[in-house]
Parts: sequence; structure tokens; C-alpha cells
Amino acid sequence: MKLLSVPLSTLKPGEKSNVVHLDVLGLLRRRILDLGIVPGTVLTCIGKAPAGDPIAYLIRGTVIALRSEDACLIAVEQV
Amino acid sequence: MKLKLGDHSNALQYHSRVMREQFGIRTTGEQYVIALAGNPNVGKSTVFNALTGLHQHTGNWPGKTVDNAQGNYSYRNKSFLLVDLPGTYSLLAHSVEEEIARDFICFGQPDATIVVLDATSLERNLNLALQVMEISSKVIICVNLIDEARKKKLSINFDELEKELGVPIVPTAARNREGLADLQKAVYSMVVEKKKTWPKQIPYSEEVEQAISALLPKVEELSLARVVNPKWLALRLLDSDVSFIETISRYSAIQPLRTVASQRQGGEFTL
Ligand SMILES: Nc1nc2c(ncn2[C@@H]2O[C@H](COP(=O)(O)OP(=O)(O)OP(=O)(O)O)[C@@H](O)[C@H]2O)c(=O)[nH]1
Ligand SMILES: [Mg+2]
Repeated sequence: MKLLSVPLSTLKPGEKSNVVHLDVLGLLRRRILDLGIVPGTVLTCIGKAPAGDPIAYLIRGTVIALRSEDACLIAVEQV
Repeated sequence: MKLKLGDHSNALQYHSRVMREQFGIRTTGEQYVIALAGNPNVGKSTVFNALTGLHQHTGNWPGKTVDNAQGNYSYRNKSFLLVDLPGTYSLLAHSVEEEIARDFICFGQPDATIVVLDATSLERNLNLALQVMEISSKVIICVNLIDEARKKKLSINFDELEKELGVPIVPTAARNREGLADLQKAVYSMVVEKKKTWPKQIPYSEEVEQAISALLPKVEELSLARVVNPKWLALRLLDSDVSFIETISRYSAIQPLRTVASQRQGGEFTL
């Protein structure tokens, strides 16, 4: 059985995780894939804006900010 | 298939019309059009400036507020018009920039497209390269910023990469003009000497491949299938990419053969 996955948005700064599933279809899914976020990608949470949104992640060598409502749709497991 | 003479001159007229009206590009008779694509900030404009020097023309893309730069250079007595496309991560059009780059590569039919990649971030950059290779076989990959990669002690096996991708790979450090002569040579081989490529195609799941096969006969009935890779068109239809389907209709409407045919019948035509 798979490890329990959690939404990416729940990661705290400094935590690292592995993408397991994208719970989104259509253009937004495409957008997320084009940012290099596919199952198996390792993401590190870098920091959150004061209000907790957006959240910055290190993705394949580039820092990318995601809205937390979008980060919610990305299921990850801790590594 | 060999085109009949009339078809051929129609196709040429169509092409220069699309270039002029849709992309604001005027070529002089014997000029090859080369597009420069790549992720943001990888050095496209640096390559562009280094190759074209002062022979540039800048403005906007027709009807858009996005910068358009065109410039020309000569190599072995041939003239090349270089078009600097906006930086994008993808061609699947979420933004005006992506739409411009996609439409130019897709409908502008450049003689070749140079995809500039950041040598320090190949994994991220290859997404766009593979997308361009799905649309066009006339692709040259310029792996730029190799000086930065050296600094980071990254070593890249360019021969292996070339074998794997099936298109010419040219390492450059455009800011120091390193590799630019090789890039010009690769462009020349492709467009003048018609050197062949075997661009790597990413297979889709069985389900998607079956859907493509089912759609292909319909897609091939469109006049555009001669211009645009039919498999790629089928994939966009499967994506239900409405904005792209509208774009197809626009380019289809200025296709000369169909226009002539529909006028003769005195009727409207739809896609
Ligand atoms: N070290 C190094 N820096 C480079 C090289 N090529 C370009 N640069 C630098 O990288 C930065 C971005 O270069 P541009 O040519 O503006 O990149 P671009 O791809 O046109 O960027 P956008 O148009 O914004 O997408 C500039 O500061 C260049 O001087 C190179 O080969 N080596
Ligand atoms: Mg630029």
C-alpha cells in the first residue's frame, strides 16, 4: 500500500516531498505539468508569504510560487 | 506527394501572406526564416543580437503588446531572417506569449526553429524542446550558458544527447560568442543542405494513441493537415483546447486552395 499522501499546501518551509498525484484536469493540470510538476518530482517548500499565500517551492532547480488553492490539488508524500 | 505547379505557387503566396498579416514579417525572396524559441532568460536575445548585430527591426507582434524582434545575417552567401520569440515554458498556450510562439512555429512554418536551452537546467528546459519537436522536425537545439554549466562543474554528453533526441545539438556560450559559428553551420546544413533529422517523439498511453488514430482521418481532411503535423492537431482536439481550435479556424480561413474552392461554389465554408 502507498504511504498516506497529503496536499502539497500542508508542507512547512524546509520540508521536502514527492509528488504522487495531481487532482486536477484541463488547463490548470497542463499548467502544473509545464512547471515540471509530475508524479515523482521532488519539491521543497522554501517559504510562505505572510498571509500563507502564495507558497514558494524549489522545483527542478527553480523557485516557483504557487497559490495555496492550486498547491492543495497536488498530492505528495514526505521523503 | 509532389505538389502541382499551381499548388506550389499558391502555397508560397499563402505562406508569405500568413507571415506578413499574422506575424508582421516580410521576407525578401531568397531568405530563410529561422525562429528562436526557449524558456525565459536562457539567452535567446543574446544569441539573436550576437548573430544579427545591428541588422534588426523591433516592434510588436500584430495586435499584441508583446515585443517582436527580427534581424538578418548572412552565412555562405545565404540570407537568414532570425525571429526572436517570447520566452515560454510551454507551447500549450496559457498566455499571449505562448500563443505567439506556438502560432509562429505551427503556422508561420519557419525553415528551422532553434530552441535555446539553459545548460544548467536541462531537465526543465527539455519540456519545451520536446513540444517543439512534436510540431516540427526542423529543430536545432542550442544548449546555451555552457560557461555557467562549467562553473557549476556540470558535464553534459552532447553526442549522447544528440543521439537520444535525433536533432542537431550545438553547445554555446552566447555572451562570449562561443559556439555561434557552429550554430550558423547547423542552421545552414538544415535549411540549405536539407540535412535530415529524426526528432524523438514521446509516445502517449495506448488509450490516447487509439483516440489519435480514430481522429486522424478527420484531421487529414482539413486543408491544414498539409501545413501542421496532423497528429499534433489531433492531440489539441483531444485536449478540447478551445482557443487553439479557434486559431485553427482562423488560419484555415486564409488557406488559398479552400478559399478558391468555396468562392467557386459561392458558399461559406466551415471547418
Ligand atoms: N554567462 C552567460 N550569460 C549569458 C549567456 N547568454 C546570455 N547570458 C545572460 O543571460 C541573461 C538573459 O539573456 P537574454 O538574452 O536576455 O535571455 P532571453 O532568453 O532573451 O530572455 P527573455 O527574452 O526574457 O525570455 C543576460 O544577462 C545575458 O547577458 C551565456 O552564454 N553565458
Ligand atoms: Mg529576450
